Amino acid sequence: MLDKEAIAKRIAKEIQHNSYVNLGIGIPTLVANYIPKNIAVCFQSENGLLGMGPFPKEADVDADLINAGKQTITMLPGAALFDSAMSFGMIHAQKIDLTILGAMEVSENGDIANWKIPGKMVKGMGGAMDLVASAKNIIVAMQHVNKNGESKLLTNCTLPLTGIRCVKKIVTELAVLAVLPEGGFKLLERAPGVSVEDIKKATLGKLIIEGEIPEMAFD
Amino acid sequence: MMINKQVKNAEAAIDDLNDGQTIMLGGFGLCGIPENCIAALVKKGVNNLTCISNNAGVDDFGIGLMLHQKQVKKMIASYVGENAEFERQLLSGELDVELIPQGTLAFRCMAAGYGMPAIYTPAGIGTEVAIGKEVRNFNGKDYLLETAFNADFAIVKAWKGDTAGNLIFKATSRNFNTVMAMAGKITIAEVEELVEPGQLDPNQIHVPGVYIHRIFQGSHYEKRIEQKTVSK
Repeated sequence: MLDKEAIAKRIAKEIQHNSYVNLGIGIPTLVANYIPKNIAVCFQSENGLLGMGPFPKEADVDADLINAGKQTITMLPGAALFDSAMSFGMIHAQKIDLTILGAMEVSENGDIANWKIPGKMVKGMGGAMDLVASAKNIIVAMQHVNKNGESKLLTNCTLPLTGIRCVKKIVTELAVLAVLPEGGFKLLERAPGVSVEDIKKATLGKLIIEGEIPEMAFD
Repeated sequence: MMINKQVKNAEAAIDDLNDGQTIMLGGFGLCGIPENCIAALVKKGVNNLTCISNNAGVDDFGIGLMLHQKQVKKMIASYVGENAEFERQLLSGELDVELIPQGTLAFRCMAAGYGMPAIYTPAGIGTEVAIGKEVRNFNGKDYLLETAFNADFAIVKAWKGDTAGNLIFKATSRNFNTVMAMAGKITIAEVEELVEPGQLDPNQIHVPGVYIHRIFQGSHYEKRIEQKTVSK
């Protein structure tokens, strides 16, 4: 079973050379720490920055320079600043290659729910509905089951949707799964020490298992 | 002689802002919010406002100060997760809230500033955001029709400005400030440093003064940080 850092580390392997990537709040933010040195990547923060760097040293903290999670950050050489309209313009014009975000539920046809629990939690969708509507590739980082032990990989989402038929891949503490265009979660990899049976038990939606399922590699 | 937009201070700038009006407030989280004008709105006690802003501040800062005084009737925002008083007023029904995608928020401001009545966006297709809205298919993909905002006032905060109303922003405090500045029937800009025409490089202007009706140099900026995060 993977911890959050290991989920981030596994997702980092999905990042292509020379790509523009938007990282959501939570586990996705950690992905930036595991990019291989030979991979050129530019992180977008949808509040108006391309070329986001690591958190600042204490002396370099600037209240005017934050990421979309409202954390203080830095800019890398080659960074560019812009306003919110241009930021979502480049998202909808599909200039951003990959979006990595968290989810409360994903359905077997790639629908995602991650912004609202009716009557309980009202936080809002922020930029998530824009990102999932237009990103070329969407990877979800999340726990396989919720706090009550219920599967988050479902036939249909039960919570209000953020977007439809958009998630391409899911990385959880148990597995890496592809969401097939025709529907279904195709099991690609198992986490170390996790059996196919464990994954079956934790997956409520249609799970597709073909042949031997390899264990994740992290080199 | 260059047109002069300067007013004395925040109180003068919002003098004719009245109960029941719709106002836009720039900023992302607490970054780039018009602190001086928010303080003046709280002091003036203007009520029943419809506020358009990406966020709703935190409990004791930003728009949170106005929520605390129950000055806001309706909030239009994309993310309100940092404010317990907001959540309480929403769940109790005291506050009317319209949550909209962040890009839609930006584009509806942009549309107003560009004289466009509406825009099409794929954000929200297939979700509750799409309920009751016109859907149109272009090149095989569905889009929602979203109309331009119509705000009585837009209140923004810039880094530098001149008395002609030209604005320059710093780092990520630009966020919604530029598009909101372009979208108000009356736009108020508060700036950290106000200079005479000619002192800003025209090549560096982010919002030209034509969009700005009133400008003043603010004071005592707190610039509170929501999530101070440092590396060792």
